[in-house]
Amino acid sequence: MMLLEVENLCVGIDRLAPLDQISFAVDRGQILGLVGESGSGKSLTALAVMGLLPLIGGRITGGAVRFDGVDLVGLPEVELRKLRGRRIAFITQNPMTALDPVQRIGPQVDVVARLHLGLDKAAARARTVEILTQLRIPEAAAICEAYPHQLSGGMKQRIVIAMALAGAPDMIVADEPTTALDVTVQAQIVHILATLVRERGLALVLITHDMGVVAQVCDQVVVLYAGRVAEARDVQELFAKPAHPYTRALIDCIPRAGMAAGSLTGIAGTVPSVARYPGGCRYHPRCPRAQADCAVSVPVPMAWPGGVVACHHPVEEGAHG
Amino acid sequence: MSAGQNAILRALRTPKGAIAGAWLAAVVLVAVFAPWLTPYDYDIQDLPGAFTAPNATHWLGTDEFGRDLLTRIFYGARTSLSVSSIAIGISVFVGMVMGAAAGYFGGRFDRAVTVVVDLTWSFPEILVALILVAIIGPGITGTMAAIGVAYLAQFARLTRAQIMAIKSETYVEAARSLGASHGHILFRHLLPNALAPVLVAGMLATGDAIILEATLGFFGLGAQPPTPSWGAMMSSGTAQLFRAPWIIILPGLAVAITVVAINLFGDALIRALDIRSRMRDA
Repeated sequence: MMLLEVENLCVGIDRLAPLDQISFAVDRGQILGLVGESGSGKSLTALAVMGLLPLIGGRITGGAVRFDGVDLVGLPEVELRKLRGRRIAFITQNPMTALDPVQRIGPQVDVVARLHLGLDKAAARARTVEILTQLRIPEAAAICEAYPHQLSGGMKQRIVIAMALAGAPDMIVADEPTTALDVTVQAQIVHILATLVRERGLALVLITHDMGVVAQVCDQVVVLYAGRVAEARDVQELFAKPAHPYTRALIDCIPRAGMAAGSLTGIAGTVPSVARYPGGCRYHPRCPRAQADCAVSVPVPMAWPGGVVACHHPVEEGAHG
Repeated sequence: MSAGQNAILRALRTPKGAIAGAWLAAVVLVAVFAPWLTPYDYDIQDLPGAFTAPNATHWLGTDEFGRDLLTRIFYGARTSLSVSSIAIGISVFVGMVMGAAAGYFGGRFDRAVTVVVDLTWSFPEILVALILVAIIGPGITGTMAAIGVAYLAQFARLTRAQIMAIKSETYVEAARSLGASHGHILFRHLLPNALAPVLVAGMLATGDAIILEATLGFFGLGAQPPTPSWGAMMSSGTAQLFRAPWIIILPGLAVAITVVAINLFGDALIRALDIRSRMRDA
């Protein structure tokens, strides 16, 4: 049994169905990358796992989210609240706005340990300083007295990570934790997260659209497209021999040294909006390998080396699409 | 709250804020130390000395019962300031609780609060206050309650709008995702962030409340004699408008200057806190 098992997760908002049959699993000490373009359903998956869909007016319409053997779907809010922060922590998208502007840093981090671990004020602060120091924040005690606007973006993101760690969770869901940061700081933050996973045996669900980050740190990769899993495989297999044309296109979008100027093309077209998902395979209007059957029948995930791929005409080994 | 103190200091550094602040400080000091500032009593009549024009012994003259007008204006400041600020204090507190709960929880409760609030807001404050004084009865308590309820709608609306805007901020989502309860989010994150505009609105409303208190006093519905209030003093002055104009003009000036000072100071505070755009959104 893996720590987190998401099985055929379906999500509804009003009459729309933005997520359809999402499945993946992650265990302690592993990093699972959830990738895809904007609008492919990455953040929605995170909210669904956290049980926070009501925040945006959504609900889980099918499937299961099993955490440590317990299905979180349908669990009462009181029970979910005990899990959140204590066993599952969430790192939100934008560190610039993830901290309350009118509270000092210290109390904002302290509160997690006080709430979930029952520590008193002094013990919680000691823990906060210890965590901040582990995250290589200089003069942690002084930082606790600062207000968020006095810190840099990278520093704020580390504070947000500290808040996630303060409850000693088993799993962290990080929704694009580095998107708003400088490239140099991005690398540091990703490195910090990866180290935490290896050292503490945490499970990490890393949501990102940066394939470079995925290649560096992830063990498993789930590629989402328009609310469905396109491909879910081991990171080495996936990067060595991408099977889904969409995965291949994403990998081709990574800039590499020595590329001719202007040769970075991107993927033609955009992710369809949830109200206008095309029939059949949702990628077929943008897919160079699309054939007649792609527009008609929905591809079923099939076994592929290191995982599954959902495509009628996957890129065969060695073949070039 | 050091941010708030900084804002007040910044407001006091502008000329407008400094002058207004000085006047308000003077009014507050006068209200507090009235018994030590004047040799006269506010309620001892001296009928032979009635209608004395301003002179060296009675700097602002005497009223129709021969009472020193300056003394009565000093004591009137007590009534005006305490009634209006306590009334607005209650109003801000209850309005914030109602508005915050409505904005945060939404749904049926929000609709119920909004309907009641909009209903009170559709009447002029003076009308709401008059109806309430008619129900509760005249006097200081009745005036406070009436003014408090009359301004409730404004604070409930403003707080609700603030909370609605703030509750979709990432840090609220982050708090939820770390297991925070509704109470924690409401009291630790939402209210502190919504506070500044509501407090400034409260400050400005205190000016209006002084006028409303004076109006109720003018109609004989506020503080009852012999307790002096600026409105009641003006009311008694109307009968002697031509014989002793100072009886009506001087308390009127006290009301006018104090209200202008409150507005100017509120303005300076808005500028110092840089919340004009947020006030406009609400």
